[in-house]
Amino acid sequence: MHLTGNPVLDVILFTLLKLVGFVFVFVMGMATVLTWVERKFSAFMQNRIGPNRANIGNIRLGGLLHMIADPIKMLTKEAFTPNTPNPWLFRLAPFMAFVPALVVFATIPFGPGDLQVAPLNVGILFIFAIGSLNVYGAVLGAWASNNKWSLMGGLRISAQMISYEVAVGLSLCGIFMIYGSVDLQQIVIGQDGTWFGIVPKWGIFAQPVAFVLYLACAIAENKRAPFDVAEAESELVAGFWTEYSSMGFALLALSEFIEVVLIGCLGATLFLGGWQIPWLVEGTGVLAGKMYLFGNLVPHLQAHAWYLVVAQVAAFLIKAIVLIWLQLTIRWTLPRFRYDQVMRLGWRIMLPTALVNLVVTGIALMFYERF
Amino acid sequence: MAKVVSRMTPDLITQSYVVEAVKGMVVTTRQLMRNLFGRKDIVTVQYPEDRRPYPARARGKHRLMRRDDNQVRCVACMLCATACPSNCITIVAAESADHDIEKVPSTFEIDLLKCIYCGFCEEACPCDAIRMDSGVHALPTVTRKAQKTAKIDLLSLGSPSIASQGGQYRAHDHEGTQHGRSGH
Repeated sequence: MHLTGNPVLDVILFTLLKLVGFVFVFVMGMATVLTWVERKFSAFMQNRIGPNRANIGNIRLGGLLHMIADPIKMLTKEAFTPNTPNPWLFRLAPFMAFVPALVVFATIPFGPGDLQVAPLNVGILFIFAIGSLNVYGAVLGAWASNNKWSLMGGLRISAQMISYEVAVGLSLCGIFMIYGSVDLQQIVIGQDGTWFGIVPKWGIFAQPVAFVLYLACAIAENKRAPFDVAEAESELVAGFWTEYSSMGFALLALSEFIEVVLIGCLGATLFLGGWQIPWLVEGTGVLAGKMYLFGNLVPHLQAHAWYLVVAQVAAFLIKAIVLIWLQLTIRWTLPRFRYDQVMRLGWRIMLPTALVNLVVTGIALMFYERF
Repeated sequence: MAKVVSRMTPDLITQSYVVEAVKGMVVTTRQLMRNLFGRKDIVTVQYPEDRRPYPARARGKHRLMRRDDNQVRCVACMLCATACPSNCITIVAAESADHDIEKVPSTFEIDLLKCIYCGFCEEACPCDAIRMDSGVHALPTVTRKAQKTAKIDLLSLGSPSIASQGGQYRAHDHEGTQHGRSGH
């Protein structure tokens, strides 16, 4: 990229451009839209209309203006602090949930080449390290609320998140074994091409069990239904965010939606081939592109032509959105598990299945390499 | 003897929950698509704009009925106020100008905040003077005082009743009985 001519300034500017374009426009925008989409989708699934009253004059846009109305309401409400010995922790907790959820997007490759905010070679490990900080937001908020419902929600969420962290990590190990890297960009490049010209070499086809485990465990870690025992309205009022109002509540709610986007993006990267467009272009991971299907029609199409890059970024975003939609469908279909069921599922079913999957993958890889 | 309940033991595929979860998601997605494109099953009524008619026997705001000559039918007998379990009816009786009718209410006040809409007042009324079939809600107000509905407001919902009543009817046909009763 040559933006200014000064190489150092170029790197800084380009990084900022990627940061704004991906994290602020796509991730934050998606999270904001999700606040509306989730209510609207759930309404349609339950034969209701959903929010449609926010309006400017006579313009309603099917309730889309609730995206603007909600922040205005949140900003103008009282930021209530309960009678607690730790008011600073109480204020800090929403940021502890919000900041890690945003930071992990740095290593997600949303396009080929250097379209990645921070090309870290530890990729997925960074995501796990920072992402697990998220639990502090919930636990600190629950502790500092000085409220027994909050505290019980905090206890539940800490146990649940730590349990499922193990299973989600192990479920992804098979992917690392197959693609031989924890660098997310390398994993995406490894998913290039097809088997027998039909099935794309995506993680979901190589590791279908891991995909189901990843989705279930990631939703459990994000503490959304059917694993939302930490909020459990019918038992704990609102769990760890009972005492939060105003923007504190908004940050906690928004960090949950950002994690929905994160699960979508990470799932698309690891299991749906990231920015790879199946059947269209082969070998775009390496610089010399080999075109087929459309290669004969457009003979001079270069592997890194700008429209190809745009199409690949679009492919990534579409895959991420499909997974986000899948999460919403799961969230509004399945009823909440009981708390002991959640823990039993995590330790007795998810974890052994992930381990068995790992062993089977290892044996299969050994045979694949030997014969 | 305890009844033995045979419990269904689901097979392994059902127990794995993946297939059942997908089945459930098919249902929700089908409803989503049906309602997204065509709004086929939506049952929501957009309330202030669209209103569903009340059932015929729904009890709404009270109304005081009128005679043919537009006088209030109520004779201030206090039966409704006596029957009322929440003591929300306040009646002050006054002498009637019509010599056939003994009393009329000078004030007839219902505190709608106290009223529980049980309908005992209309059942107790011997004159078909008070009814709750107006089909009108008690609307919220900013003061409590505004909920005390006076006679004039109750009459504004009223209409002539065709039910027979004491007074005129008895004055014409059963004069003796009428005098005998009022003597007690």
